Amino acid sequence: MEKIIETDDLHFHYEPDEDGNTPEDVLKGINLSIKQGEFVAVLGHNGCGKSTLAKHINAILLPTGGSVIVDGIDTKDEDKLFELRQRAGMVFQNPDNQIVSSIVEEDVAFALENLGVPYEEMRRRVDESLKAVNMYEYRLHSPSQLSGGQKQRVAIAGIIAMQPKCIILDEPTAMLDPQGRKEVLAAIHKMNREKGITIVLITHYMDEAADCDRVVVMDKGEVVLDDVPSKVFSQVEKLKAIGLDVPQVTELAWELRKAGYDISPEIITEEECADAIERLFA
Amino acid sequence: MAILETQELTYTYSAGTPFEKTAVDHVSLKIEEGQMVGVMGHTGSGKSTLIQHFNGLLQPTSGKVLLDGKDIWADKNKIRDVRFQVGLVFQYPEYQIFEETVYKDIAFGPKNMGLNEAEIKRRVLETAHDIGLSEALMERSPFELSGGQKRRVAIAGVMAMEPKVLILDEPTAGLDPAGRDKILEHIKAYHQRTKNTILIVSHSMEDIATFADKILVMNKAKLFCYDDTVNVFARADEISEIGLDVPQITKVFGELKRRGLDFGKEVYTVGYARDLLLRSLKEREVQ
Repeated sequence: MEKIIETDDLHFHYEPDEDGNTPEDVLKGINLSIKQGEFVAVLGHNGCGKSTLAKHINAILLPTGGSVIVDGIDTKDEDKLFELRQRAGMVFQNPDNQIVSSIVEEDVAFALENLGVPYEEMRRRVDESLKAVNMYEYRLHSPSQLSGGQKQRVAIAGIIAMQPKCIILDEPTAMLDPQGRKEVLAAIHKMNREKGITIVLITHYMDEAADCDRVVVMDKGEVVLDDVPSKVFSQVEKLKAIGLDVPQVTELAWELRKAGYDISPEIITEEECADAIERLFA
Repeated sequence: MAILETQELTYTYSAGTPFEKTAVDHVSLKIEEGQMVGVMGHTGSGKSTLIQHFNGLLQPTSGKVLLDGKDIWADKNKIRDVRFQVGLVFQYPEYQIFEETVYKDIAFGPKNMGLNEAEIKRRVLETAHDIGLSEALMERSPFELSGGQKRRVAIAGVMAMEPKVLILDEPTAGLDPAGRDKILEHIKAYHQRTKNTILIVSHSMEDIATFADKILVMNKAKLFCYDDTVNVFARADEISEIGLDVPQITKVFGELKRRGLDFGKEVYTVGYARDLLLRSLKEREVQ
């Protein structure tokens, strides 16, 4: 499969202070290669560099060392900035900070208007994007009357309308209730499945990560684990040591294993856990 | 004796307009002194409207709120005292910080209560200790602190008023797992020292399971249940049906029960599940 995002020895630090001291690197040599159509979760505690990494993918931040290539475009290439941001869209944590218009469909059309997309084409894409996130019936509503989950889906529709190859979501569900979380995750998974859009999902929720193709764990500016969810979560001690959780079922399996029972360390679903316990009692 | 009680509490927004909506509908409950209570309910269930009645931010459309057995609205002029006795910490309280130093920010509430300097100092330092803020931070600007630290400063500001009832609306929202565990531990430390009543609103049943003596569940403006934690988890299926999350581990044991493997107990924490399974496995080996 084709590579969509590639970082090569990516380093980043913020501007030196008044005395000329360069602060410590926030990213310390990240080598990451993500294929078109992959669904990747990025985990790590606050301050580990995961949001900083995300902001490099669509050139909100530029590397101070190494490089980031997205769909063949080097993010340092200023001439291609607009093109890059159409191909890699970003959704942030707070739904209230991302809505610009007073009518839902106008908000979704905002970027298309800026790009000069012809009216008929724009109409078609806006309708399609709103349907894709299940918000079409709200197209004439005011965003202020929507719930957090609904606003977040409008923000996602605005990105989809640009027909990106890749969407980066920085803790899109952190401020939502369980219902809103479910709606947003369903919308993201649908984009990935039906349109083949590459997803990079930054999250604190282990159950969200357990549903992805691949989990990247970051700590202190470095990638410390990068594998399929069952393999990553089987490293219970390592994850706990860097302040992360594992799904409850994985933790239970790990506890039973520690007590000497033969149970797989790679359990990540309720079904697998129930099966394993049933076998112990068979 | 109940510290907080509601009698047929009802609240209707925009009464008499086309937008009329009853957000809390005839809710009667008694919260005993010294309890740690988890409050659940999805968005629009009425839980926020309910807790805003507990310290008199909202006045009931009908029904009563009693604090220490007294109707808080009996004398409107005394509602300010109620707000000192029932402290409410909103969501994302770190956005409400405004003072120059951490000390001043925590001291703001006690100062407004008219306490003397020595008492204010005692309270600020004690709550700062409970919530895990070192004395070295006291003279720093709160705006230089990390997000998690700022949130603890804001929570300490309400704790320092030493309210009989402390209500926290989603104190862990947006934090990473380590930050979440830390805040909950510190709230527990405060509870152990003061023995005050604490209500915590949370969407995470997994979190609630770790601290709550009792759970209050709101659904569609009505009180769905207010009961001991273990009894509420026994109704996991109903709770799923009203759109709330039950802990993953509870779901696993529900599934095992359906398959005929019944452990006869409600399971909602990993530690308990482990002990229960290990015990059952040992018993089988002995047989």
